[in-house]
Amino acid sequence: MTKAPTLPRVLPGFGLSLGFTLTYLSLVVLIPLAAVFIRASSLSLEAFWDAVTAPRVLASYQLSFGMALLAAAINTVFGLLLAWSLVRYRFPGKKLVDALVDLPFALPTAVAGIALTALYAGNGWLGQYLEPLGIKVAFGPLGVLVALVFIGLPFVVRTVQPVLEDLETELEEAATSLGAHRWQTFRHVILPVLQPALMTGFALAFARAVGEYGSVIFIAGNIPMVSEITPLMIISKLEQYDYAGATAIASVMLVASFLLLLAINGLQAWQARRNGRSE
Amino acid sequence: MSIQVQNIHKAFGDFIALDNLTLDFPSGELVALLGPSGCGKTTLLRVIAGLEQADSGRVLLDGDDASDTHVRERQVGFVFQHYALFRHMTVFDNVAFGLRMKPRSIRPSEAEIKRKVHELLQLVQLDWLADRFPAQLSGGQRQRIALARALAVEPRVLLLDEPFGALDAKVRKELRRWLRRLHDELHITSIFVTHDQEEALEVADRVVLMNHGRVEQIGSPAEVYQQPATPFVYGFLGAANRFEGHSSAGGIAIGNATLTAEQNGQHGEVIAFVRPHELDIVRHEFGHGIPARISRVLTLGALTRVELEGRDDVAGQHFDVELPASHPLAGSLIAGEPVRLQPRSVRVFANPETAGAA
Repeated sequence: MTKAPTLPRVLPGFGLSLGFTLTYLSLVVLIPLAAVFIRASSLSLEAFWDAVTAPRVLASYQLSFGMALLAAAINTVFGLLLAWSLVRYRFPGKKLVDALVDLPFALPTAVAGIALTALYAGNGWLGQYLEPLGIKVAFGPLGVLVALVFIGLPFVVRTVQPVLEDLETELEEAATSLGAHRWQTFRHVILPVLQPALMTGFALAFARAVGEYGSVIFIAGNIPMVSEITPLMIISKLEQYDYAGATAIASVMLVASFLLLLAINGLQAWQARRNGRSE
Repeated sequence: MSIQVQNIHKAFGDFIALDNLTLDFPSGELVALLGPSGCGKTTLLRVIAGLEQADSGRVLLDGDDASDTHVRERQVGFVFQHYALFRHMTVFDNVAFGLRMKPRSIRPSEAEIKRKVHELLQLVQLDWLADRFPAQLSGGQRQRIALARALAVEPRVLLLDEPFGALDAKVRKELRRWLRRLHDELHITSIFVTHDQEEALEVADRVVLMNHGRVEQIGSPAEVYQQPATPFVYGFLGAANRFEGHSSAGGIAIGNATLTAEQNGQHGEVIAFVRPHELDIVRHEFGHGIPARISRVLTLGALTRVELEGRDDVAGQHFDVELPASHPLAGSLIAGEPVRLQPRSVRVFANPETAGAA
């Protein structure tokens, strides 16, 4: 990236496209995010620290990040299964199932939250059977997880699907003819090929889950110290006109999310290098 | 190890890929399955490997019925047209794969694996590529690695599905010779599928010609080329001019023309084949021979190829004639000239479509 390539290209040049990329990114992403930090910096260091380390806020970090990671992990496993079924098998209604996967994208999150709450509440369709067993889903941390799993479902499916479609069945046949068992074939032949896509899907599902608000607040119950998510803490600060406090928490969230995503990207790049693919 | 297939039948929906096929592959031979695409040759190979299940019939490996055993247990080495190398593994790891997947109790030690892999890489003359990834290799190198990988597990038979099909002409020729030499060293029973007759005739000990899920002819390359058993075989092995006519004691009548060439006592409705180099051009518009008109004259090195269109009764048919460049006519033929064609040698088959009608 030291110098623009001088070779004639078919498409508009490097300078133009990089300039456009940076301008666009600045307008859409960087400037609004910078505003968050500028607003937060109006607090004194001490006030900032107090705002972001209040016990309720700390508990909310744990819930938000913990559940987002867990939900992304669950979605990775089941998203892979779903993608596998959609790519490898033919069954009636396959197109319909394929379309259903995207529904969590399209549904207003509040609607999802209300629907899930109605389903899992003590008198709901599923809740009435689960609660006697001591499983309390709605109005608790488990509800948060259910909502996050719901909204994160499409990411892994949609990132893994195209890679799976490109994966030749010949590779599996080659592995089998060399004596590999099913599990060995999956573990040593299929999984390594899918891994970058799985990690991208995981990262996307995680990022979405961390920032999710609409669907969670209905089902979470929002009990202080137990089932309050970080976005809710920000909203409640905003409702008290404590803009600086809200942006302080937001900036912590942003930095943490950014670091996590960066770590996932780094891991991916490292793996790609190790596997001799790109770079 | 010998391979036998008995009464193998396989259909995909309405399409019959293998039509009650019975074949014997003797131990230690390199056999080519040759045929046009869709003739069932790849399906047969996959049935032998166990990658495809036949609808009925049996596959015997070394005399034992292997029809119900899994690919894993058949101990066959399979080489794919598009290599099917594991992209995320180095060449070394690719070749070591089969050894590393063995159950722990019979898995060789890592040192033993290392020794064996290098031995195989030396066999395919690519030891210096051990640390590369498949993406960094050329097509020919990839296919040799794929072969080394298949050989690593000491398969009882080697099955190659169009192994050179994805390579360019020059590399293909090299690899053919190389495969032949390798087979002479290892003597492992091998079957390879190809649609390239030159490849089959050059490499194999034996050629099995297939068409529409059936075997047309089995024999050594010389046999199938010189004594083709069916019109299909004649037409498939090398270029051929085809004439349809009626054969009697006086010769073969094709419309008003008569081929007086020698023929093998076949009478009735026949198909006659003549190789392009066995056809003479006579510069008469009328007289004996097949009426034709020259449409193009091509000089290709030592050969002059003449393309002709049939006239009169054989209008609409195309013929090819090959003359040595030194032939007296070679330089003087002009496009558009009406000529007659006279074969020096004809191969005659009863015409299966009209047989019985005459």
